[in-house]
Formats: sequence, C-alpha cells, structure tokens
Amino acid sequence: MVETHRHDVVIVGGGAAGLRAAIAAVEADPNITVALVSKVYPMRSHTVSAEGGAAAVTREDDSFEMHGYDTVKGSDFLGDQDVIEYFVEQAPKELTLLEHWGCPWSRNEDGSVATRAFGGMSIKRTWYAADKVGFHMLHALFQHSMRFDRIVRYDEQFVTRLLIDDGQVRGVVALDIRQGTMRAFLGRSVILCTGGGGKIFPFTTNGNIKTGDGMALAYRAGVALKDMEFVQYHPTGLPGTGILITEATRGEGAYLKNKDGERFLVTRDYGVGSKAELGPRDLISRAMVQEFEAGRGFSGSYGEYLHLDLTHLGEEKINQRLPMVRELAKVYGGVDPVYEPIPVRPVVHYMMGGVDTDIDTATQLPGLYAAGETACVSLNGANRLGSNSLTECLVFGARSGEQALQFSKGADDGNERAVRAQAEEEQARIDQLRGKVKGGEKLARLRVDMNKTLESGCGVYRQEDSMQQTVRDIAQIKGRFADLALEDKSKVFNTELVSALELHNMLEIAEVVANSAASRKESRGAHTRRDAPTRDDQNCLYHTLCFFDPAGPRIEKKDVTLGTWVPEERKY
Amino acid sequence: MSDVQIKKFVVTRFDPDKDEVPRTDTFEVPCQSDWMVLDALNFIKDQLDGSLSYRWSCRMAVCGSCGMNVDGAPTLTCKSPLSSYGDTVEVTPLSNFPVIRDLVVELDGFMEKLKAVKPWIIRAKEKAVEEGPYRQSPEELEDFKQFSLCINCMLCYAACPVVGNEPDFIGPAAIALGYRYNLDSRDEGASERNAIFRGEGSVYSCSFANECSEVCPENVDPAAAINQAKLSGLVDWAASLVLPRGGKD
Repeated sequence: MVETHRHDVVIVGGGAAGLRAAIAAVEADPNITVALVSKVYPMRSHTVSAEGGAAAVTREDDSFEMHGYDTVKGSDFLGDQDVIEYFVEQAPKELTLLEHWGCPWSRNEDGSVATRAFGGMSIKRTWYAADKVGFHMLHALFQHSMRFDRIVRYDEQFVTRLLIDDGQVRGVVALDIRQGTMRAFLGRSVILCTGGGGKIFPFTTNGNIKTGDGMALAYRAGVALKDMEFVQYHPTGLPGTGILITEATRGEGAYLKNKDGERFLVTRDYGVGSKAELGPRDLISRAMVQEFEAGRGFSGSYGEYLHLDLTHLGEEKINQRLPMVRELAKVYGGVDPVYEPIPVRPVVHYMMGGVDTDIDTATQLPGLYAAGETACVSLNGANRLGSNSLTECLVFGARSGEQALQFSKGADDGNERAVRAQAEEEQARIDQLRGKVKGGEKLARLRVDMNKTLESGCGVYRQEDSMQQTVRDIAQIKGRFADLALEDKSKVFNTELVSALELHNMLEIAEVVANSAASRKESRGAHTRRDAPTRDDQNCLYHTLCFFDPAGPRIEKKDVTLGTWVPEERKY
Repeated sequence: MSDVQIKKFVVTRFDPDKDEVPRTDTFEVPCQSDWMVLDALNFIKDQLDGSLSYRWSCRMAVCGSCGMNVDGAPTLTCKSPLSSYGDTVEVTPLSNFPVIRDLVVELDGFMEKLKAVKPWIIRAKEKAVEEGPYRQSPEELEDFKQFSLCINCMLCYAACPVVGNEPDFIGPAAIALGYRYNLDSRDEGASERNAIFRGEGSVYSCSFANECSEVCPENVDPAAAINQAKLSGLVDWAASLVLPRGGKD
C-alpha cells in the first residue's frame, strides 16, 4: 500500500527555484500547505555550485532596456521578448528580497550592494557574495524557508512519475530512498524545479544529481521539451574534473591566453569585439576550440587547455572577490592563481532548453508548472548570459509558486482512487527494477557510452552526420537499457536503483537533445553547425518542441515572441 | 591521467535488511595520483560493487554531501587527495549519527537543531521590499561572514566529543549558523536565539575541545561562535534579570 500525503501544491526539487516557489506559495495564502519533495536534502541542491553572481538592474546608470537588450542579444534573438521584459522588471525586487532574507551580498564602502561585470552584460549589474553566490543564495533561501511550518519537507524522495487523471496533474509518486517504498504526494498542482541534466555529457560542471529528472517526467507525460539543442559550454572548466572556474574571474579582469601567451580574444577576430574576455559564453567557447584546432592550445593529460590568467589581479583582490576560485584551483587544479595561470577548457554547464512553459510557468498539462533550469520559459533562447540564471530561479520560481497556488484553488482533488492505482502500478514497476540481476548490461557502461556519443555529436561544433550518428547511438543505448543488470536488492538507500532511474531519465533527455539538434538546420547561439555556419532568421527563427512518441521523438515548431528588439546581426 | 597505484579500501558495510551489525568489505582500487578519496569510492561503485551506498554530488567541496570518516578522521571525501593516505585506506560512516546504510548517515536530527536556532532574519518590523536593501558596511558583513560559510557537511558533529555523549547538544554547525544571524546587522533576534542557546542542549555543554573548528573543510570556526554565544547568552540573561521584556536585541 502506497503511503499518501496531500498538500495544496507539490513542488519537486529544493534548489533555488523550488524553495522560492514554496515561499511564494505559503506567503500568498496563510491557509495552505506545500510539499517540498527533493531527492536530496535541499541544501545539497546544485544551486549550491553556482559561483559568479545574479543580475538585476539596480544602478542608476543602468536600465531595464539595457538588461533586456543584452539578454535578447545574448540569446541570439531566440528569447521570448515578453518573458525577458517581465524578467528584467522583476529581477531587482527578487534580489532585494534575498537581501532582506539574509543573503550575505558583498558590499560597497557605503553599505550598498556591490555589482560586478559579467559576460555579455553591458554594465556592472551582477550582485555577488564573493564567488559563492549560489551557495549563499541557496542557504539563505533554505534557512528562510524554515520559518514556515507550512512548507513540509520530504527529503530524499525520488519522484518517478507524475500522477495524471482526467487530463490534469494530480500529484507525483516518489521512491522514498531511505525506506525503499513508494509515497504518493497528491496536490491540485505540481511544480517541477529539478534543475538541468548536464550529466548526460562526460565533461560537465554539473554535480552528480543533475540528471534531468523533471524534464523526463514532463516529457513522458506528454509535455514538450523546448529548445533542447541549446547546451551551454562554459569557457572555463578545470581539465579532468570539469569543476567550474567562474566567469567572475574575467568579470574581475582575468585574461584568457593561448600557449604563445597571446590574449587571442583581443588579437584575433572571434566576434567578441571590445568585450574581449567578457564576451558571451557561446562565442568564447568556440574561440577556444578554434585555438585548439589551430595548434595554439596546451596539451595535457586531460586533453587540450588554455590559460586563465589572474596573476595581475593581485593576492588581495583574489582573496576578497574570488576566494573559492583560489581554493578550487589549488585543490583541484594544482595551481595557485595568485602566481600561476589556471588551466581551463570549455565544459558543459547549462541547458537553455527544458520543459516548455508559458510566461506564467504553466505547461500544456493543466496543473503542471516548471521553473529554473528544468523549465524553458524562453528567457535564455539559444545562449544564456552568465548571472541571469540565478535570478531566473527567483523570478520564475516565485511566479510558479503564485500561479500553481492559484490553479490549485480553482481545481478539485480529482479521482483519488484512480490516482492511487497509478501509484500502486509504479510501486510494482520499481520493485521489478530493484536488483534485477538478469541482464547483460552494466550501468556504468551505458552511462559512459551515452556520454561519449553526446559529446561527439552535440558538442561545441556539430554537423549532420555526427548528430545523426548520436541519434542512432542513443536509440541503441536505450534499447540496451532494457537488458540492464543490477546487483543491489536491498530496499534501504539503494543508490544503484536511483542511479538506474536517473540513467533512464538521462537517456530520455539525451535523445531529445540529439533529435532537436539534428532538426535545426542553422547555427544560432550554442547550436553551431559546421555545415550550416550562419543564422537563418528566414527559416529558423522558431522554438523547437520535442514530444514523446512511442515511435520516437516528434519535433514541432513554436513561434518566438518578438517585440521591442528586431533581430539583427549579433556583433559585439 | 597519471601514475596508477593500487590501494586497499576497507569500507564499512551495513544493510539493516540483512546485517545485525556493521561489517567490512575490502576492495583493491587502481588509484590515479590526482584522485580524491571520493574518486576511489566511485570506482568501487562503478566497477566492483554496485551496492555500495554513500552520498555525493558536487565533487567541489560545496554541497556538503560526501562527509565520511577516513582513517578514523571526519573528512570531506571529495576534497581529500588519496596521495595523503597510505596503501590501505579505511572508510567508515561519520560518527555520532545513526547509520542508515553503509556510509550513509541520518541528518534529520541536525535539520531539527538547525531549525530550532531560527536561522533566519528576525525583525520587529519587516522592511518592505519597495524600501530597497538594507545598508550593511563591508565591516558589518565581515562580522558574520565566516559563520555563513558552513556547508552543513556534519564533520564537526562527527568530531565533537560532546555530541557523542549528549545527543541533544545543539552542536557546532547549528550554533554557528544561529549565531551568524545574531551578528548580522540586519537582524534583531539575538535575545530569542540566546534563550535557545541557554536552553536544552545548550551552548554551555561545549567542553572547549575545539575539534569542530579543526575538522571544518571550509575554515569556519564554530568553536569561536560557541564561545561568543556563551558569553552573549550570559550577558543577555543577566540583562533580562534587570530589564523587563527580556532585554533589548
């Protein structure tokens, strides 16, 4: 018998977006309760790893118009302009709330919040707390959320399925990782805030938990995933581990140099103009790959790399503004950036795509909402600007909390028996998978094969034949998943079972990434094809929608919302 | 990629469905010279025994998931190079916590203690968002900043001799995080928290062992927070004797 819990709103994921959604919902109505269902203790969520900052217009010499234009241009004109306008207008309020809730933002001498430069931003508008911004935001949100008894946490619950009845979402069913049993969390609305899925790639800044769970849940339930071909490579990851070295290093003045000691972003034409190291991530990652191809990279035991040089910033500034970078470089890169450059290479960082939502964070499935990296509200288009995503989690997390609550108030509980029956079915499916010894495939092997083909087909540069190969490879690996053998039969904290379920989710979204990529016949933002190197607004100014279909992913198109800003050549 | 050295890992195993008491398994792992302890555990999980259970995520020392005892000492396994260990490495679950399975411990007690110290900004009157941010000087930020760096990894609880004997002791991380708000210029809740610090599981249980600060992978100094909390708790308590309404914040 599946244990059942009922709340007004069920939130899946306890990172910045999920916590913000939960707080927004309980603040909007003193009589409701929210379930915060997370596969980890919330403070372990991957928001914790964000480093550089959160953007908002707060200076007198800045404007919504400027933040909006920077974001539209950064998105290579694929961002929806109504969403972008709403975002820039809400951003200052959201960062201020975080300030009121105790986030230790770095300060100017006069006590105002300090701002720093970031890639693709035309002015210093990024708030920061040294270089642990995600960590501080997450802990401030989590600790603040503890004020509210009506946010009921269910930690270490892995959601495996959305419960749907009569065309409406009715809750979720989750594996209680500690008990090994299933629990149903019923609510009249559900918000997915489970983050991205960078772990489909072999070399990523993402933590182990970033397996695209919410995207896969929505996709299987018939909701489209949007713009999944756009995968952001961050220019500066540590070789080997992929650990992120924040863009704030360059915001504070660091240089990228090739093996000849040349600041190639200044000396060569890579389209970043006078922005140099503060160009947007897609352009800089491509420039770095071109440097490798021209033989101007260093070669090391983990492949080619370039130098991120902070030595001219001085120890005091590095200690004050970038203490974590110094620590990470020392511990994981073996260099002290006060004295030596840091070896770096482009690394998978962020998924611009996600669960298709409208500006209110609503999906096409009534009652289902999504926010944060899981969602694609179309703020980021084809390339996200650094420091917009933490703010996105706040702005659209809050929006989703309010909207989902409103939906919940107007909805009924539905047919609880039908929903419980689905939960029981799910219990049977999970019990079958646990410790399934019969099979010829190993989990780690399937994961590695998936990682490899994604990188070769959907990396920084792409082309038709390799993308098609990846499409075929993923389909084949999905087939092999059915022959997976597992060893762990235990119910209690069976992480092998969780990993198998996560791999299943990753294969689902990997297939969507590959198919979406192969379908876009142009280069835009992070999607760059050698065989179609230019942007084609005539034919390709659209969002890619990918739907689940038993016969294989089905691609459709959706209009981009234009407005104030007319698409133009993207030059810096 | 680099030189490979075989090391032996002696790992605690415990599955409440099968085991009455914990046992150990030994694994031989070909370790690369730049690996952390966590990398070896991941090798075991992927290649040798898929049933080994432990938590990890960020592998960059900020999510706080992967704390374990390594050769008896509380350790963040993603931040501890194998090069600093010998040919045999012993990995056991963090001390002073109930073990759920293998290397996984239960943190619910900590979560309750954290909530108990009210780790949020308390104001007599909350500022409206329209009024904008509070002013806080860099010096005022510095007053509490280091205590806000706690990643909740629980190494300090595993190291603390008092937590082992007095399970109700609020403990280093929760005290540091509560006290962090007392020191925040935006906060007015010090007297409320000081009353908690003086109450059950109080700060006065602390025996000055200083182990918490020594094991902290983020260089937070919870022992300093506890000592300061003791003092301000006393001052506050004394003030409450002479002033009605519990003294001023």
